Amino acid sequence: MGCMTFYIFNRKGRCQYYHEWQRLKPIKQGAGSQDEDFKLMFGLCWSMRALATAVDPKNPSKQQMGAPMRIGDGCSFNSIKTSNFKLHYLESPSGLKFVLTTDPTVGSMVEQLQYIYASLFVELVAKNPLYTPGDAFLFEPFSAALNKYMRTLGLLS
Amino acid sequence: MEMINAEIFTLTYGSMVRQLVADYEDVEEVNKQLDKMGFNIGQRLIDEYLAKSKTQRCSDFRETAEKIAKVGFKMFLNTTASVTNWNADGTECSLILEDNPLTDFVELPEQLSALKYSNLLCGVIRGALEMVNMDVECSFVKDMLRGDDVYEMRLKLLSSSTESYPFKDDD
Repeated sequence: MGCMTFYIFNRKGRCQYYHEWQRLKPIKQGAGSQDEDFKLMFGLCWSMRALATAVDPKNPSKQQMGAPMRIGDGCSFNSIKTSNFKLHYLESPSGLKFVLTTDPTVGSMVEQLQYIYASLFVELVAKNPLYTPGDAFLFEPFSAALNKYMRTLGLLS
Repeated sequence: MEMINAEIFTLTYGSMVRQLVADYEDVEEVNKQLDKMGFNIGQRLIDEYLAKSKTQRCSDFRETAEKIAKVGFKMFLNTTASVTNWNADGTECSLILEDNPLTDFVELPEQLSALKYSNLLCGVIRGALEMVNMDVECSFVKDMLRGDDVYEMRLKLLSSSTESYPFKDDD
């Protein structure tokens, strides 16, 4: 079992989709509530980008910390690795944010997240007539395809 | 990408417009509905466009317009447009379509001369750009169905907003 949790956030910071495969520490002992957990996760990704942009040694046009940025501006990051888990991150120019947490031993998931975006999200969610852009959704075909894909990747037994 | 037969696409669009004309009986209202439908299409289509073309953020509005004309139109309509008539500060331009697959086999009867037959496209562009935080205005200024030599859409950037942190610190 490599994968732990998966989130999709819309551009307004709302969690549109959440799935957990394995969460040994229940949310109650962590963030407290599901909503709080979403907010913390979104905040982590948001701040990560802001911090990375602030310390970026390469870009000559320095931005003030916390200054408003346009989607995709500044530094995007692909993953955060900690001793216990690894967080993989993909942000689309339309502001969608895909977050996948896995075991820290898992390698780069950049292409895999891109595949989830292009082939699973677009085909099974964006093209689903029941989907309202920006709203939370729970579609069986998407969940099934996601599970299947995780199994193909060997992250889920 | 999945393709469908161009004629089926054209005829389906045609019968849809025909139905709108029959339902609303008012040409202005039909134009408005087409724009609205397009807007809803655009909001979904943007993700397909971004995911499949793997586009990153555009540096300015000029690049955005070029991408719509060269990549977007190619992807969804199998045609391309040219971008011209920029105003001085780069916020307004024209998209010129020489070939518009929506209007094959179409003739506008006299009493529907105010109908903006392809108005859906304007809505699509508006909806798609809205999703990447760009507010634009888009409308047809030249239409071959109304006797002009090309299809021309005028695209105007109203504002391009930044992303702001959606939560307050204390909640």
